Amino acid sequence: MIAERTLPRVLHGASGRPLSLSQHESAFGASTSGPLLDHLEASGLTGRGGAAFPTYRKARLLREHRGHHKLVVVNAMEGEPAAHKDQTLLATNPHLVLDGARMLASTIGAKDIAVCVSRENVTTVNNLQRAIHERERRDERGVRFELHTPPQRYVAGEESALVHWLNDNESLPQYRARRPHVLRIGHAPALVDNAETCANVALIGRFGADWFRGVGTQRSPGSVLVSVSGAVERPHVLEVALGTPLRTVLRHGGADTDPQAVLLGGYGGSWLDAEHLDVALADETLVPLGASVGAGVVVVLARSGCGVAETQRIVRWMANESARQCGPCAFGLPALASDLAHLVNPGRDASDAYERLVERCGVINGRGACRHPDGVVRLVRSALRVFASDVEDHRRGHACAGSRSGRHYATVPHLEREEELVWE
Amino acid sequence: MGVKRKSGGFVLRVNPILCDGFGHCGELAPDLVHIDEWGYPMITTQPVPLANLSALESARYAVRGCPRQALHIERTAETI
Repeated sequence: MIAERTLPRVLHGASGRPLSLSQHESAFGASTSGPLLDHLEASGLTGRGGAAFPTYRKARLLREHRGHHKLVVVNAMEGEPAAHKDQTLLATNPHLVLDGARMLASTIGAKDIAVCVSRENVTTVNNLQRAIHERERRDERGVRFELHTPPQRYVAGEESALVHWLNDNESLPQYRARRPHVLRIGHAPALVDNAETCANVALIGRFGADWFRGVGTQRSPGSVLVSVSGAVERPHVLEVALGTPLRTVLRHGGADTDPQAVLLGGYGGSWLDAEHLDVALADETLVPLGASVGAGVVVVLARSGCGVAETQRIVRWMANESARQCGPCAFGLPALASDLAHLVNPGRDASDAYERLVERCGVINGRGACRHPDGVVRLVRSALRVFASDVEDHRRGHACAGSRSGRHYATVPHLEREEELVWE
Repeated sequence: MGVKRKSGGFVLRVNPILCDGFGHCGELAPDLVHIDEWGYPMITTQPVPLANLSALESARYAVRGCPRQALHIERTAETI
């Protein structure tokens, strides 16, 4: 048993190698089965994949859903280029994630568990394959694990896209007329949960809700995995209690302690001005500032960088990652990216570009089948708010001080199909 | 016969994946639908009272006139 207030929890036992099943059992104790749903409700665990939806509500919805055959889907796709938390978790405690998935499966009455990892993440695929193999050799009755490897795309990790992949081998988000919507694989209702959420479920199932609430705040209990990148010595994954001041997180992550701003949540998240660095990392304190914990991404932007240029690079990549199913996303995001490009390298039309940008943000928001365009709009709006004085400089036609340094902080993968981005 | 006056409202909704931006809905239901710069519909999200028969009728025309059958009418319990 891990003591109540010690961290790390889900990264407990990190030794550079994934724990084997026997090591895992000696570190965490044997897997238990009990009234998990009550524990989950009392624990207040929310999904760690970004949306922070209460886990027990999802599980209860699926439990009450009729169907002989149900599935649990473990989402370790991690499409965010700045996030490495699921990868790190599965390189440390793959069996904890599988335990959590198994507990969820027995709670909702599922017999199959699909574990989804991006096929480009070879190490994680191997770690999981080995872990699943170990369980098969142990001849565990009741559930069957299956590893799935969808392609690496940003939207492929969206839950409906994941279910679409499991159904038809197409990683495209689906339209849901109503929410909450029960996703189905074939006829079987599916419960989709992030890998970190599953690991937390496994801990709650073992040690109970009170133990889980030993760290974190009243409204956001527990710990969270944070991927710190940008102006840091090296990109890093930390496990911190929710409610830890952001400044402490940056210090532990070896980051620049006097940054210009930080990007929180993910590439569909928000910028947070450095004056708010003492805020507690929890949704109840971040949401009033227009940010959220999201998928635990923290990108540190040093004072020598330009927030507008960083946003432009991210938006350009996000536009390319659109599944191009919905018009407002397929055409709108490249338009946002080109408006931002006109702002970053200001020409005669920089001021028009700014006005188009503001108007297009309002037009695009909320009009896709998934939340991909909404995330980009949130990022752009937060950039216009946080970097207001730099944006003003760019509008007037002279690039701000940061953009002259030419340094970049956010990791943006190389664009494969750049030519497709040209819409105008 | 025809439409009975009921309490409650409706919202015209579009499946953005099916929608290919033909723009018929913008002509058939101009009060509910605006067409954006790329030709895709922006639909009022405020519920319209069912008692507003002309709006309901135009929404039905839009649903039937959509070449991709991407539109549907969703009933809501109360208006505004």
